[in-house]
Amino acid sequence: MSLPSPWRADFPAFAAFGRDCQTYLDSAATAQKPQAVLDALLDYYAGGAANVHRAQHAPGERATLAFEGARAKVAAWLNADSAEQIVFTRSATESINLLAYGLEHLFAAGDQIAVSALEHHANLLPWQQLAQRRGLELVVLPLDAAGDIDLEQAERLIGPRTRLLAVSQLSNVLGRWQPLEALLALARARGALSVVDGAQGVVHGRHDLQALACDFYVFSAHKLYGPDGIGVLYGRPPALERLRHWQFGGEMVQQADYHSARFRPAPLGFEAGTPAIGPAIALGAALDYLDGLDGEAVAAHEAALHARLLAGLRAFDGLQLLAEPHTALASFVVEGVHNADLAQLLGEQGIAVRAGQHCAMPLLRRLGRPGALRVSLGLYSEGDDLERFFAALHHALALLR
Amino acid sequence: MSLPAAACEALEAFAQCPGWEQRARLLLQWSERLEPLGDEERCEAHRVHGCESQVWLLGERQDGRWHFRAGSDARLLRGLLAVLLARVEGLTAEELQAVDLSDWFARLGLSRQLSPSRSNGLNAVLQRMRELAAQG
Repeated sequence: MSLPSPWRADFPAFAAFGRDCQTYLDSAATAQKPQAVLDALLDYYAGGAANVHRAQHAPGERATLAFEGARAKVAAWLNADSAEQIVFTRSATESINLLAYGLEHLFAAGDQIAVSALEHHANLLPWQQLAQRRGLELVVLPLDAAGDIDLEQAERLIGPRTRLLAVSQLSNVLGRWQPLEALLALARARGALSVVDGAQGVVHGRHDLQALACDFYVFSAHKLYGPDGIGVLYGRPPALERLRHWQFGGEMVQQADYHSARFRPAPLGFEAGTPAIGPAIALGAALDYLDGLDGEAVAAHEAALHARLLAGLRAFDGLQLLAEPHTALASFVVEGVHNADLAQLLGEQGIAVRAGQHCAMPLLRRLGRPGALRVSLGLYSEGDDLERFFAALHHALALLR
Repeated sequence: MSLPAAACEALEAFAQCPGWEQRARLLLQWSERLEPLGDEERCEAHRVHGCESQVWLLGERQDGRWHFRAGSDARLLRGLLAVLLARVEGLTAEELQAVDLSDWFARLGLSRQLSPSRSNGLNAVLQRMRELAAQG
């Protein structure tokens, strides 16, 4: 069985990759874009660009309608109550930085912020730096043997001084869904704010944020088959109200004088400067595209492909998975072979996988690995991609051993 | 400026390489030619930062000419270090400043190893050599 993807033809990049003999297995770093997204970008610019929220003219009105329409699509995708809960940022990383600055005033020396040991640098460093600025304690929740945040220890470590919990939904290295419900309940019980990094999780399945009941959720469009340069911050209204403004200028202003100013509430108050209008509209197009697919068929395809990936990897002698991944990706090392050597020889054979520390240096150090290789899948990936990867891996190992 | 003897040898070997596989085999062979570093030499003071793999570099000067030794935990990178060291063996500090690394790797058919998306850090190694030579 070759597990073809029925959606592959929707993504023009694969024709180009085919011509260049490239096999793309790095979707957890960034995903390819369907034609619908490219069309949306082109339509916006070719149809006449105009700034949003600033003009009475027809092009401005058209741009604003499309831009706000995209916000509504994001809200619907996440099952948010209202589009007002969706702030557009530059990236998931910027969303978290916005939170670390916007919430800074809530913290006093000695307060605690809890993150997990598996966080991507984007959900570690903004909090680490906030802790340094304010004299806070950064509490790192340890992982259990499977690679999940250890709930027993979390129960002990998330305490009365914990003001904020920031955790990933799906690990970008281990590929495991984290026990969010239990962790968020702990945070709620302690009166702590909660931030969920959905950069990887949002790509796989639909997530109902009202049911999840976190205070904030962030993701970036480029991993979700949308363009780069646009990220999302979702917030529950009472949580958004606690944010202080962090970047100034543009339409975030309500009233300005030389020596004082008043600012808009979320979302516009947190979108200083001209936003990424085209990319926002194209994100909306990506969600329309995904909405038009049979979600169950996509999930079944990804699951079958992932099972094939794991089975294929297990057939290699001395290959060790960093964890037993639930979905979408697999990170591994091969005994006695340096990951940089493997990565180089896979690259020579046109296999695009990620090697190194995956923006999670502390996690790799904790796992005792100088680095690892990561293969990751998208809905357009198919069995033949994996076969080419396995053959190249076999070839590379034969050269190196 | 004439090339050091080992550099001529590298040039001859790599120039005849028809494909990536042969180049990889050759790099693995050259990786064996690096003078081994002692455990005490593989230390933080000799680390070259800017490389994703660990790289150590030591240099000494005799009669105004530099001799470098290097090591890495990655084998292909050791091979790349070996052909880099071959190019700079016995150069003066002045000659070191003038070495054109892109040209050298292009002549070996290894240009891609220097592209900005690579984190193997060969440019950082050359930079460190020049710093060591400048400190004298």
